[in-house]
Amino acid sequence: MTTSAPPRPPQSPDRPKRRRGDRIFAGSATGAGIFILVVLAGVAVFLVAESWPAVVAPAEDVSGGEGLTSYITPLIFGTLLASVIALVIATPLAVAIALFITNYAPRRLAAGLGYVIDLLAAIPSIVYGFWGIFALAPALVPFYAWAERNLGFIPLFAGPASATGRTMLTAGIVLAVMILPIISAISREVFSQAPALHREAALALGATRWEMIRMAVLPYGKSGIIGGAMLGLGRALGETLAIALVLSASGGITFNLISNSNPSTIAANIALQFPESTGLQVNTLIASGLALFVITLAVNMLARWVVTRRADFSGAN
Amino acid sequence: MSQTVSPPRTDHPDLPGPVRTRRRLPRYAATGLYLAGLLLGAVLSALSGFNPALTVIYGVAIGTVAVYAASRAVEGTRKATDRLVTCIVVTAFGIAVVPLVWLSYTVLDRGLTRLDGTFFSNSMVGVVGEGGGAYHAIMGTLIITALAAVISVPIGLLTAIYLVEYGSGRLKRAITFFVDVMTGIPSIVAGLFAFALFTLLFGNDVRLGVMGAVALSVLMIPVVVRSSEEVLKLVPNELREASYALGVPKWRTVVKVVLPTAIAGLGTGVTLSIARVVGETAPLLVTVGLITSTNLNPFDGRMATLPVFAYYQLTQPGTATQAFLDRAWTAALVLIILVMALNVVARLISRFFAPQTGR
Repeated sequence: MTTSAPPRPPQSPDRPKRRRGDRIFAGSATGAGIFILVVLAGVAVFLVAESWPAVVAPAEDVSGGEGLTSYITPLIFGTLLASVIALVIATPLAVAIALFITNYAPRRLAAGLGYVIDLLAAIPSIVYGFWGIFALAPALVPFYAWAERNLGFIPLFAGPASATGRTMLTAGIVLAVMILPIISAISREVFSQAPALHREAALALGATRWEMIRMAVLPYGKSGIIGGAMLGLGRALGETLAIALVLSASGGITFNLISNSNPSTIAANIALQFPESTGLQVNTLIASGLALFVITLAVNMLARWVVTRRADFSGAN
Repeated sequence: MSQTVSPPRTDHPDLPGPVRTRRRLPRYAATGLYLAGLLLGAVLSALSGFNPALTVIYGVAIGTVAVYAASRAVEGTRKATDRLVTCIVVTAFGIAVVPLVWLSYTVLDRGLTRLDGTFFSNSMVGVVGEGGGAYHAIMGTLIITALAAVISVPIGLLTAIYLVEYGSGRLKRAITFFVDVMTGIPSIVAGLFAFALFTLLFGNDVRLGVMGAVALSVLMIPVVVRSSEEVLKLVPNELREASYALGVPKWRTVVKVVLPTAIAGLGTGVTLSIARVVGETAPLLVTVGLITSTNLNPFDGRMATLPVFAYYQLTQPGTATQAFLDRAWTAALVLIILVMALNVVARLISRFFAPQTGR
């Protein structure tokens, strides 16, 4: 304790004394910060260390018997496909919801409505999986049958339509619901920061509400939307249990969204295989996890960069 | 362009030109048309055998088109576009609410079957059919989450203090950036990290409760840092300066002035971060595993946790499938209740422990 410290020889009067308590406290605070960097580096290091045996193993020993690359490639494809579907569905919806809450809803209701959307983020991923497999998938079966009959000429809907509804499209829709809150939260934030003067000026010049939004709000929030969408993509890429439950996976690369045979995703594949795996299989799964880590890391860094770039140049904060 | 500089229009009531915008639909016409469209959609859907989804799809499409057409005929293109966008935006919000309501209804409907005393008092030892409960899983979830909080809160809070009170220059920017990046780590990767770490330390096939806590901490720390940082930034600088002026050292200022002022926000942030990880399944699946009996020691072997319990009840039902499904849904319901309760607690904290100082 500084108060009980013995009197020290006077130092130069200009420089304030650095007390021991201060040093300890500042040191531990800095240490905690550095520890976080170490943890992040540690995640990478330990994943590399544990996946190394699979990287150097002969091709025929790796699960699937054709080497690590051909094991992981369909998984990466499935991960990207599911995430892109989710993004395509969720982004327009999320932007529209953010516009509704910031610019259309009655001022008094807006906060409450925003909270309703945030509730979607609070629901655990496994519950989404339950809902997807027991409620959403059966409800989509008639639609898939219809899509096969009427849209079958598009390769995406080539069929044969799944009778259980556990398809790539269902997985994408579940993912879209899950990433909706994060995209809409970030869009909402940037939309509400759009300068009031610009908006009022547009309205004063006789613009309709939509014209005001198009001229004053959307250009201002564009990078926020992009950043939010990419954060949503990062979330979608790593989503595990919902996909593991909903998607009926059988490997292989296909763009067919409504059939029973789909490529699995990295995260779902790990969750499904890991508990029963031993030895080199574990290393292989960790290697695929490392690939996922690298992909999400890249996406998230890009997203953060886009978002902070906006923050630097906006006058709002 | 003579009209723009002309005196107010009341003097020239029959001027031509952009006055077209003054013709407006009656106040409730748009809403009325939209509802009429919905009704028509219901009729159309009833013709081909009633179907709620089709009703809404037809109704929304017809309603939107009706509003657009009417507005375009009466008010002109610009106003019509505006109304069209209003329709779309409101519909989008409606679409987002559908899964929330649907999901809540499904979970309540199926989960209430087994929400009884046995579920909270029994474990799964020796249960092959009906009966049994999730006592062991609930305790496991509470213990592992508490352990994760014990690891994450000090680290997260100290990092936030560093960022707000001490940090400067490149290290601060690096930590801020990587904490942001860390929020995006997939939960399964956090689980694999804990697995890899403990495998290297203790050898193969190790499964401990504390591994799950470490994995959850990786997910929880960045959330704690972010929320605490935001809250600490809100503490007015005058308080710190007043404290320094009285000769109080910096660390005592932080502990005695800054933290108490921000305590409500910190409590809210920590509670929300717990809510964020309590439902995580994937990291626990690969690190903690599952057992049927009660294990309350996170440093000794596998434990049961609620999300993993729900997952295995669903995916590996025994011969009495329905009993397993019922338990899975009830576990999901309890999980949602847990998360929602934590959210409510967070709100209550921010309401009742609001800073005493005026800002």
